[in-house]
Amino acid sequence: MFNYSFHWRPALQALPQMLQGALVTVELAILSMLIGVAIGVVLALMRTSGNKYLDYLALVWIEVARNTPALFQIYMAYFGLGQLGIRIDSFVALLAGIAFNNAGYLAETFRGGLRAVPSTQARAARSLGFSALAAFRLIVFPQMFRAVFYPVTNQAVWAILMTSLGVVVGLNTDLTGVTQRFNVLTFRTFEYFAIAAVLYYLIAKFVTLSARLLAWRLFRY
Amino acid sequence: MFHTALTLKDLGLLAQGAGWTLMITGIAIVGGTALGTLFGVFRAVVPWWASIWLGFLLDIFRSVPLLIQLVLINAVFPMFGMRVSPFTVSCIVLAIYTSAYCSEIVRGGVLAVPATTRRAARSLGLTWWQDMVEIVYPIALRVMLPSWIGLTLGVMKDTALVGWIGVVELLKQSQILISRMQNEPLFILMIAGLIYFLISFPIARLGARLEGRFREND
Repeated sequence: MFNYSFHWRPALQALPQMLQGALVTVELAILSMLIGVAIGVVLALMRTSGNKYLDYLALVWIEVARNTPALFQIYMAYFGLGQLGIRIDSFVALLAGIAFNNAGYLAETFRGGLRAVPSTQARAARSLGFSALAAFRLIVFPQMFRAVFYPVTNQAVWAILMTSLGVVVGLNTDLTGVTQRFNVLTFRTFEYFAIAAVLYYLIAKFVTLSARLLAWRLFRY
Repeated sequence: MFHTALTLKDLGLLAQGAGWTLMITGIAIVGGTALGTLFGVFRAVVPWWASIWLGFLLDIFRSVPLLIQLVLINAVFPMFGMRVSPFTVSCIVLAIYTSAYCSEIVRGGVLAVPATTRRAARSLGLTWWQDMVEIVYPIALRVMLPSWIGLTLGVMKDTALVGWIGVVELLKQSQILISRMQNEPLFILMIAGLIYFLISFPIARLGARLEGRFREND
């Protein structure tokens, strides 16, 4: 039978601190996406470079990132690097793990983006008198951007959800970490985690909706 | 000479953990696919205003971190005075989580079948059910299968999170071994990672090949 009395008031009093945690979550997601995009572009270029060794190197990164759990990748950064004498705190380990994961997935996205624009287009632009830079900026890039926009925003949502894994390696400043801190103090698990769930939902929806608005604004002819 | 404190018995423990990982994955995929197919077909055939609530509900499971879902559902059962093992909770949560993604795949597959094809089937005298089984299913399967394989692998990797609520699967087992043998986390993690990779990589390759072959025929 149902014998549980909800205590929402003390849980709601923790809201300011949880919002602070949400800020750290967003910060982590943004940082991991920036690093992930940068490395992802490099990996995609390595894959298409034609150099065998660069290609293999990028392929190993991509396949490991895509075929092992994100939590495993965070463990590798947290426990694994420690054995090599590289001691990093849980924030950096989480960031490294998610960025590694993002880069692997985004590299494939970018490779698809590169292929989405036929090389004939750049050549046509060049023969019409565009400079190489102008041809890339005005002809190739807009089409590439369009092809990778949705996958990248999807990955951004994934990055937000992945930040919740920090608590497993002891991070206590992000949204899940703060929630867990209150949870072990009060054992009001349901109330605190329900509020965290709502906050995560709102963050994820905010990203999805703004991406959709932006796409609607950018990609209409 | 390479030396490790890891014994054969510990390797057996890791294999056992991998067994749990596969078992939870299997249950979640079977349950989630059944539920997801139901939801997906429902969402594809009824008008949008009749199924928007289901779409909204399933979207929640795709927008909240799995870790939070596990902890929340794990906390719900004791409220009703029920004692449910972490293993059961994991299977339930992962099955619902899977169904949320699977319903989108199924919906996309059903909607990918041209309306004209279905109308032709119906005007040739096929019943709604026959149309679904004989016409929609074979065409939609080609669209759905690669994504479904991707989902299966995604769920397999996501089972790594159930260690947080106390199920000793592969990653949790390796964490236990790491805290027991303080000085070789890298080696233990590499074994665990290799097991994940060996499960996931061949299936991922198969999915990519299927996707390529289906595209060729289009």
